[in-house]
Amino acid sequence: MNPTVALLLAQDGIATGAIYALLAMALVLVFAVTRIPFIPIGEFVVYTALTLIAIQANQVPRTVWLLIIVGCVAFIADVAAFIRERERAPGGGTAPLWFSAAQNLLLPAAIAAIAMLLSQKPRIMPLDMLMAVLIVVPLAPMIYRLAYQPLVSANPLVLFMVSIAVHFVMIGLGLNLFGPDGDRAEPYADWQLELGGQIVRGQVVMVLAATAALTVILYVFFARTVPGKALRAVAVNRVGAQLVGIGTAASGKLALTLAALIAALCGLLISPGVTLNYLSGELIGLKGFVAAVLGGFVSYPLAVVGAFIVSLLESYTSFWASALKEVIVFSLIVPILLLRTFLSRPDMGEH
Amino acid sequence: MKDRGPLPFQAPLIVVIALIALLPLAPVASAWITSFNYIGLFALVALGLVLLIGSANMLSFGQAAFVGLGAYTTALVTTLAGLSPWLGLVLGWLVTGIAAYLIGLITRRLSGHYLAIATMAVGMAIYFAFANLEVLGKNDGLNALPHLSILGFSFERSERMYYVIWGTVALAALGVRNLLSSRIGRAMRALALGDTMPEANGIDTARLKVLTFVLAALLASTSGWLYAHLQRAVSPIPFGLTHGTEYVFMTVLGGASSVWGAILGAGLFVLLDDVLRNLLPRLLGGDGHYELVALGVMLIVILQRARDGLWPFLARRMTEYRLAEAPAQAPVLPARPRPAPGEPVLEARGLQKRFGGLVAVSNVSFDIKAGEILALIGPNGAGKSTTFDLVTSVQRLSAGEVSFRGTKISDLPSRAVFALGVGRTFQHANLLPNMSVLENAALGAHLRGDGHAIGDVLASASRLNRAEERKLLHEAAKQLDRVGLGDSLYTAAGNLALGQQRLAEIARALCGDPTLLLLDEPAAGLRYFEKVALSSLLHQLRSEGMSILLVEHDMEFLMELADRVIVMDFGRLIASGTPEQVQNDPAVRRAYLGD
Repeated sequence: MNPTVALLLAQDGIATGAIYALLAMALVLVFAVTRIPFIPIGEFVVYTALTLIAIQANQVPRTVWLLIIVGCVAFIADVAAFIRERERAPGGGTAPLWFSAAQNLLLPAAIAAIAMLLSQKPRIMPLDMLMAVLIVVPLAPMIYRLAYQPLVSANPLVLFMVSIAVHFVMIGLGLNLFGPDGDRAEPYADWQLELGGQIVRGQVVMVLAATAALTVILYVFFARTVPGKALRAVAVNRVGAQLVGIGTAASGKLALTLAALIAALCGLLISPGVTLNYLSGELIGLKGFVAAVLGGFVSYPLAVVGAFIVSLLESYTSFWASALKEVIVFSLIVPILLLRTFLSRPDMGEH
Repeated sequence: MKDRGPLPFQAPLIVVIALIALLPLAPVASAWITSFNYIGLFALVALGLVLLIGSANMLSFGQAAFVGLGAYTTALVTTLAGLSPWLGLVLGWLVTGIAAYLIGLITRRLSGHYLAIATMAVGMAIYFAFANLEVLGKNDGLNALPHLSILGFSFERSERMYYVIWGTVALAALGVRNLLSSRIGRAMRALALGDTMPEANGIDTARLKVLTFVLAALLASTSGWLYAHLQRAVSPIPFGLTHGTEYVFMTVLGGASSVWGAILGAGLFVLLDDVLRNLLPRLLGGDGHYELVALGVMLIVILQRARDGLWPFLARRMTEYRLAEAPAQAPVLPARPRPAPGEPVLEARGLQKRFGGLVAVSNVSFDIKAGEILALIGPNGAGKSTTFDLVTSVQRLSAGEVSFRGTKISDLPSRAVFALGVGRTFQHANLLPNMSVLENAALGAHLRGDGHAIGDVLASASRLNRAEERKLLHEAAKQLDRVGLGDSLYTAAGNLALGQQRLAEIARALCGDPTLLLLDEPAAGLRYFEKVALSSLLHQLRSEGMSILLVEHDMEFLMELADRVIVMDFGRLIASGTPEQVQNDPAVRRAYLGD
């Protein structure tokens, strides 16, 4: 390996690392707030990318129909819960249904209408990207409502099983929504930079810039805004947060939505660079997981460190031993877990 | 669990077993045999998950990878090296066992999530190794495996493999059931409540988790070996994460808490998968992994609505038989010699516990002598339960030292403290709600089992531990009788009233033959006559030479019972003396009544 190749591989590794870092941070966020290991995060990456590709091909992406159907089911679930609540405590305080209707029926309908309207217009890339995000991200709170909300007090391992079930449901639907073939989106940064004799691809620059921007935005969100502070409060002490009026369901939905948003942005960022198909999310998501394990699902900085370890290892092994790339990357869990054992104090009885 | 005599088998089950046994003799299509062969192979893996999910509260998505290790090992051994499949089985166990042992080892001290994630990641690594290694035939796999045969009798035809597979399932199911109703199995089931309670009863939870995980992996490996010699070819596809998840799905579907649930789940899964694969695409058209979607949705619904799976719905209609039964007579367990009356038993010196800036316990010192009842009282939040935890090493001391009969115990793990003869109950009763009261109490006798030459697991699975079990269960029944629960041996512990649950905990602690007994609010929730009975029991224990440290709020109960009283407030000792002295102490009155 000569220095040029080494630097190129490093460049690749850093760009991928930024993506894994974002995903790992999203996973830490969801886990801290809800105790959910959000395995389907990779599917949100892929759904957004493939939705963008469909939009760029002047189609109405089929994810629109998924959004409408899942929205209807979520609304029905809310209505059923509303009726049950009323029977249990007539005249008691029940969550109003109009909010559910707006979120689960109106919003998907509006998004679908815009998507159809825009599908025949000339393409404007930022608008297409925004559309893809708008179609995919609202699925997250619906999924929380349907899959996780009935299980808030469940054993953490049950949440794990539900997560993997959601993951496979999304993969299964993905085949139907996007077909078996992989594709790439149109490049959004077709330029190159020369940096000290080293050619840096525009996409890499964009990925890093977006990651940095998103990290700052997340920081401001958690440090300065009320919803962000509320999420932090839930992460620190769920019961305490409930007592001061921060609902478990609302914070869970918000956490999943944020994670889906981060994943969707990752999807946009990587879509021109790699060929993605409906199955690709599994590997991307799991690598984010391996990274998040280093931080024990509580530390954002360690999760980022983990992400770059994973991606650099991936980048260099693809050069040295490309056939065994995944074997080596996933085996990384072993030293990471060993480190984790040393980093964590013995947590007796904590389950 | 109903209070009825044990039945070896229930009538409906006998019919099912007979049908399974006779199936190949009936003129059925070979597709049926194939389906049932798969059910048996899946059931073997699901039986392992009964140990993990249903008992020990552990989760693995990597069982398919372990199946693969078993299958690929025998494939390599028989095709490349041309050796016997039986050697393949043993080597498969070895390879899988080592892999599982290592995964267990690195996750044993971490919370349950990490094992699940580790199994996913390592499962992925193993899968990609199958698909990319030249020697394993990459995506094409390995072909032309020999069929099984014993002494020239060939199992080439799938009707014959049927008997090998289902014979193995029967053995494994019986073994798992026997194991779960033994001393080791009870300890595994206790893991469901977390580590604190099992550790406080002498159970090495980290070691037990690794053991449970390895056992489940060995069952998976066996399934892989059978699969390889049934198909006589292996390829990577069936060993990926999707299949790892399917094993979890079928176990949860059938019911993870019983061996029958595992078999039922495997059966339903094969049936469902078949129906879904054929039906859904025809109904919905187009290409799609509809079965993946349907299975995923079903798993979510089951977890939300019927977390114990389908088996309990069926089992409720059948007569339950007891997992463990106390014999009327059994040899008495050896007891440890009691210290001479008045001999110092426990010395606590300068105990201190800080949580960040908060000092929960500060400079607390006290002694307990043999045959003495010491009461620890104080207002809520005074640090009494924390002191208990410090004495029994459930929590680590920030400073200070505890010695028990001259041995320093403050650096030992709580299981070692228990092993030396310090038993305890918890402020919030820590019983397994679905386990019988008898078995809950028997957990306390975990360290009083016999050694078995063939290993505890094999002895339990094969029921060679009968003598040991009789002794332990007899002891448990005896102690339950002593605390007044002799009539509730076979009630599920969760059905006891709260006060009775505390009594059951006392019985569990007594099963460990303690020299010193720490009771955290034993009289709370008891009715008057129950308190009187408890009081006389504690008197009796004292006269046998046992020392007791008691936290209690019921002063009337205490004052009559205690030899000495120490009083805590805001983490420090504020008074000590006889009950009368303490009752008249101005500092104590201030602490309880305010100024």
